[in-house]
Amino acid sequence: MNLLVRVLCFSMLTSLWSLAQAEGLTIEITKGSQSAIPIAVVPFAQQGTIGNVKLSDVIDSDLSGSGFFKALAEEDMLTKPSDPERVEFRDWQALGQDYLVIGQVAGNGGSFNIQFHLFNVHNGQLLMGYRLTVGANELRRAAHHISDLIYEKLTGRKGAFNTRIAYVTSVLQGGAKQFMLQVADADGYNPRTIAESPEPIMAPAWSPDGSKIAYVSFHTKRSGIYIQTLATGQRESVASYPGINGAPAFSPDGSRLAMTLSKDGSPDIYVLNLATHGLTRLTSGMSIDTEPTWSPDGSTIVFTSDQGGKPQLYTVPSGGGRATRLTFQGDYNARGRFSADGKSLAMVHGSGGRYRIAAMDMASRTVNVLSDGSLDDSPSFAPNGSMILFAANKGGRSVLSVVSTDGAMQQKLDFQSGSVREPAWAP
Amino acid sequence: MKLNMTGLALAMSAVLLAGCSSTEEEGLTDSAQGTDASTSGYNDGSMSGSQFGSGNGLSSGSAYGSGSNLGPEFSDPNSPLSKQTIYFELDSSQVKQEFVPVVAAHAQYLASHPGQRVILAGHADERGSSEYNIALGEQRAKSVERMIRAQGVGSNQLEVVSYGEEKPAVSGHDESAWQMNRRVEVGYQ
Repeated sequence: MNLLVRVLCFSMLTSLWSLAQAEGLTIEITKGSQSAIPIAVVPFAQQGTIGNVKLSDVIDSDLSGSGFFKALAEEDMLTKPSDPERVEFRDWQALGQDYLVIGQVAGNGGSFNIQFHLFNVHNGQLLMGYRLTVGANELRRAAHHISDLIYEKLTGRKGAFNTRIAYVTSVLQGGAKQFMLQVADADGYNPRTIAESPEPIMAPAWSPDGSKIAYVSFHTKRSGIYIQTLATGQRESVASYPGINGAPAFSPDGSRLAMTLSKDGSPDIYVLNLATHGLTRLTSGMSIDTEPTWSPDGSTIVFTSDQGGKPQLYTVPSGGGRATRLTFQGDYNARGRFSADGKSLAMVHGSGGRYRIAAMDMASRTVNVLSDGSLDDSPSFAPNGSMILFAANKGGRSVLSVVSTDGAMQQKLDFQSGSVREPAWAP
Repeated sequence: MKLNMTGLALAMSAVLLAGCSSTEEEGLTDSAQGTDASTSGYNDGSMSGSQFGSGNGLSSGSAYGSGSNLGPEFSDPNSPLSKQTIYFELDSSQVKQEFVPVVAAHAQYLASHPGQRVILAGHADERGSSEYNIALGEQRAKSVERMIRAQGVGSNQLEVVSYGEEKPAVSGHDESAWQMNRRVEVGYQ
């Protein structure tokens, strides 16, 4: 299934077109940022056999997709230098560029030698020069690593291009639905199915070290929570009580799993100690309490509750205690997810019949709506806090979208067929 | 208990067909079936990796019969028993007046057939968050369950499961589709 798909890049100022190959995946930047920094990534000079991964294209789409950069189209380049001695900075100044990336890649059988340089176009200063050697199937990883280095050098924040995401796809196979839990690179490439079933799979949640995924599966025709180790495929059932077994969330130290169970009546939040198997109940009462998420310091759990009539977010000490309400804006706030620094809380925000992704600044309690759909769900922060991945509805299908946390940039990761939901960005 | 054992046997045969180890799957199926609230959901025995690796898939335990032994009243459009789906208003789990006779008819049938089991499957429309919708679907199924129990039907005849927004009856994205998806399906076993 090696389909040629288009990568469409729109920015508000320019319209760039380029091509890339992926497994039925389209990446579309649906909203660009006006303040994006112009950067030119010149195609790397190639020696030997390289295969079909074009490093500059991967770096281009990483940097453009972050919202912080606007990459120059290859056809607009006057020259394509790969040697630092041959760069004419006036050319790049004339093209309105701020930064320039050049490089070389040499393939010698099993591995690749890559070197690249980053320049400030205005003063000709060399900001960074690197040489790296990678294995045969690691060219995309190497490109993401280069993107991370450039991003961190120019923005001062860690990049998140060499990370992974998990999500659930469903496709019709011979008239019947098949659900697949997949793990892929953060740009949607290299998808790998880790579990599949004709019954629903939901709510993948990463362990803090990225080695395991907890999720809900209905393959027994009832819900159950499972923890699967990615390296071995080994899977363990951790909750299969009567009623709901849902919404697993690892504690920041990985020792406990918060979850929703309705075995004692209405859905409540429980914490399972993964070492002792001891189960602690955190909420009670007749209301719906679900979708627990841990604060990064592990001290509190935020959850969705309709105890006030409509679903809103509440916070409770993770060791037990009194719950207090967090959200008051809009008539529906659900599925909270913290940024890694704990300063921001993403959520599904419903008002006026539209469900969009919003983020609350935890210090000021200000809520900003970030996405522009009407059926947006399942927000998840990038590990560096710069972007939020979520599920959106586009043309009647569920697709993955990414929005920058300032709302300035939005892009869509679209798969050719089926629906893609429940995304979770790996730590 | 007899019914549980039958379900377990069927589930195990499905598991065997899928090439899974029966002893390992037994614990999983057993605790899922368990009606005893004190049953621990924790399965100590880790399953083998090959069982769930890419391509192998999760086996679908077809623990239920087809319900084909039901009487002609279930296919007679003039009988309330022919209606096996109960629809709900947005964000509500209250059984609407028009469906009260339908639920009552199923309750009556179950009360007079104490060996008959049903699964009440709760569903929600796609709006809002998916785990919250699981809870909403369960609330709907539980309101139907309460009405049926009130007519003297035994708890061993009823099982509630919620699929939230995961199994829409209609695939559209507007109110006409959503109203068909906010539902409880009465599934005779």
